[in-house]
Amino acid sequence: MTFSTLLKASTAATLIAWAGFATAAEVNLAAGEKLAADQTFTYRILDQITTMDPGMAEDVSSGEVIRDLFEGLYNQDGDGNVVPGVALSHTVSEDGLTYTFTLRPEAVWSNGDPVVAADFVYGWQRAASPALASPYSWYISLMGVENADAVIAGEMPPEALGIKAIDDHTLEVKITTPKPYFPQMVTMYTTFPVNRAVVEANPDSWTEPGKLVGNGAYVLTENIPAERSVRERNPLYWDNANTVIEKVVTLVINDENQALTRYLAGELDKTEIPTGQYPRLLGEYPTEAVSFPLLCSYYYNVNMTETGNPALQDVRVRQALSLAIDRDILVNNVLAGGQVPSYSLTHWATAGFEVPTIEAAGMTQEERNAKAKELMAEAGFGEGGEPLTVDILYNTSDAHKTLAVAISQMWKQTLGVETTLANQEWQTFLDARGSQAYQLARAGWCGDYNEASTFLDIMSTASGYNDSKYSNPEYDALMEQAQTAADPAPLYEQAEQILATDLPLIPVYHYASVFMLNDQIRDWPVGNVQQNTYSKDIYKVEAE
Amino acid sequence: MLSFILRRLAVAIPTMLILIVISFVLMFAAPGGPFNTDRPLPPEVLANIEARYGLDQPYFVQMATYVWKVVTQFDFGPSFKYRDQTVNDIIRSGFPVTLVYGFWSFIVAVVVGVSLGVVAALKQNTWIDYLAVGVTVGAQVLPNFVMAPLLVLVFTLWLGWLPGGGWNGGQWQYLVMPVIALSTSYMASIARIMRSSMLETLNAGFIRTARAKGLPMRRILWRHAMKPASLPMISYLGPAFVYMITGSVIIDVYFSTGGIGQYFVNSALSRDYSVIMGITILVGALTIGFNLLVDILYAWIDPKIRL
Repeated sequence: MTFSTLLKASTAATLIAWAGFATAAEVNLAAGEKLAADQTFTYRILDQITTMDPGMAEDVSSGEVIRDLFEGLYNQDGDGNVVPGVALSHTVSEDGLTYTFTLRPEAVWSNGDPVVAADFVYGWQRAASPALASPYSWYISLMGVENADAVIAGEMPPEALGIKAIDDHTLEVKITTPKPYFPQMVTMYTTFPVNRAVVEANPDSWTEPGKLVGNGAYVLTENIPAERSVRERNPLYWDNANTVIEKVVTLVINDENQALTRYLAGELDKTEIPTGQYPRLLGEYPTEAVSFPLLCSYYYNVNMTETGNPALQDVRVRQALSLAIDRDILVNNVLAGGQVPSYSLTHWATAGFEVPTIEAAGMTQEERNAKAKELMAEAGFGEGGEPLTVDILYNTSDAHKTLAVAISQMWKQTLGVETTLANQEWQTFLDARGSQAYQLARAGWCGDYNEASTFLDIMSTASGYNDSKYSNPEYDALMEQAQTAADPAPLYEQAEQILATDLPLIPVYHYASVFMLNDQIRDWPVGNVQQNTYSKDIYKVEAE
Repeated sequence: MLSFILRRLAVAIPTMLILIVISFVLMFAAPGGPFNTDRPLPPEVLANIEARYGLDQPYFVQMATYVWKVVTQFDFGPSFKYRDQTVNDIIRSGFPVTLVYGFWSFIVAVVVGVSLGVVAALKQNTWIDYLAVGVTVGAQVLPNFVMAPLLVLVFTLWLGWLPGGGWNGGQWQYLVMPVIALSTSYMASIARIMRSSMLETLNAGFIRTARAKGLPMRRILWRHAMKPASLPMISYLGPAFVYMITGSVIIDVYFSTGGIGQYFVNSALSRDYSVIMGITILVGALTIGFNLLVDILYAWIDPKIRL
């Protein structure tokens, strides 16, 4: 497959984004608007940035910083489409297993060194190497890079990884199974280039301000881990001419209500809105309270092993419990932040994914409740049958508790099911859920890349994330098939239908990003459902 | 006096070692581990990480290595969660912060607390006494997790006088609210202790004798009453000082000062073994150290104790 045939295969939206790239970074000021004199963007982060090392990073806050300090082969635009980064374009071999990227010759590191293919080779080898022991080394294996598993396991040297510099500006990657969404995957920070000389000069401290050399639009100028970090515009960045924001500041504020107060006092440009406060803030600050889809799903795992509740092994009981949850009430009255009720696992806004028509989704809540009672009676529980008690386990948090309480009320009212609520602090909770010491457990999953398999794969038998221990050969076969299918969409839909019938997990809602954003900020990537932000793409206008 | 100090030191060192061992055992007994996340790591990845941090070694080897490094090199190891930092880095950046706001809180608490207590005792059962007692009771019952957000609401959002949090190298604007929030309850305790012990002292025979001899009240107070009346307060101040300079979770969380107080909770929750151990040992060592100091001070003030 050549690059142009790949283009044909991808969505029209991608096409437009690629074609429109030349002007994408330029500022489009509305009539009467002018750029603010102070182009500083300050935002709140919950906890200190765990690392500025692309190979080591594993969390959202680190990702935001690293995408500013480094640049990978491709970036994402405001809608999450792939746009050129260090790579200008790529070609794919006939069998879909070899990708050849052409790198832009003008890209340089912040110390002036040219960015070459070998920097990517080093970055990937390093991320996979047992010596670095990165918690995200599995991402290289998820991409299907040749020999990734053997390198991670220490059976092969990092040099055996399927990535090679053909020359300074040509990079070749070999993968084991064709992945139509592979270009999406190289927007992830784990695949970013790393400057070998810089790392090797100070292996333990190269990410400190002054020592850190990146190839992104910003350079790190200050880092007081538990308090603040500052990154400032990098004049050597190849697209510096189109960068507007001069300085990006992160402030660590643990308490979200405190952060909101400080936002309202004008100390921050962006902060999360605490659960349930969105409607009030939207009323008071209609131009600042924002909500848009975020690629994460919220659901309850059902323990499908013998340590689970025996009654829950009956599919009718699981269906009844799922039907009896009035998701509209949860979403509109409890969460109230633009979340969407869900009857399927994959987030509705996932690229190329059409939410399948699931029977329960089309019913009214009265119909659902009636059906639920029926199923419960058939299974021998509920009114006139055996009494049923189920346990819900969740990690300590007000939001999870409120939802669990509401759901248990619904089950009691509709089905006469008693619920025991148990909360555990995070680590203990993960231990319990991972070892199937629960009956029903709260869970959330965020997409690693914008494609349905990032959600659906977790319920296949072999997945390490399948906390329900669900196993259905038919489902596994579908997911296997989807890996190589030219158009996997119908297969994903079938897989969702199986989940909707078997209910090894009870979907509750699809997430939304809900935050306060200074209304002087323009071009925030509201259409990027993974919220992969790039400070170089936003700008600030003068206050009205 | 020297043998007294040596005796106390001989007790302090084994106490410290026991503290290290017990906290190590307790930490590892908690369920979960530092590398447990929402997404369980593939076994090979986990094995690589455990090997890097030495967690694949037998339990007692880990403990021995840890204690050895702490005792001989003051090396508390790398943080498991904040991967760019070692525990020593964290203490180096966070401890000076808590030390500064803790020190000022201590000064404020002692100066205001002692003054209130002494004035209340001298003017017992007058409106001054009632006012002072009222203020201290009020200060004691207002917990700092209520006071902190209130302060920010008033001084940052409504009045706009002070920044709502942060540290900025410890400029005074950033210090005011943390110091108020942290010192209040200590101030109240000091005032109460001081008031009651001062009352007791003022009623003692030797004060009555001094008064009968016609000594001026000011002289009685400073020369004769202050020293014995301070004894109960001094035993309270040792540990209080340590708590203040090692910071408070509440202060760090609400004022985002970047101090080490927040790690008490955060690193325990994320099972960042090395950080929680390092902080525990730091606080333990300071507590033992200041208790020792208090004992010595006591012995100096009251020779009866030296025996």
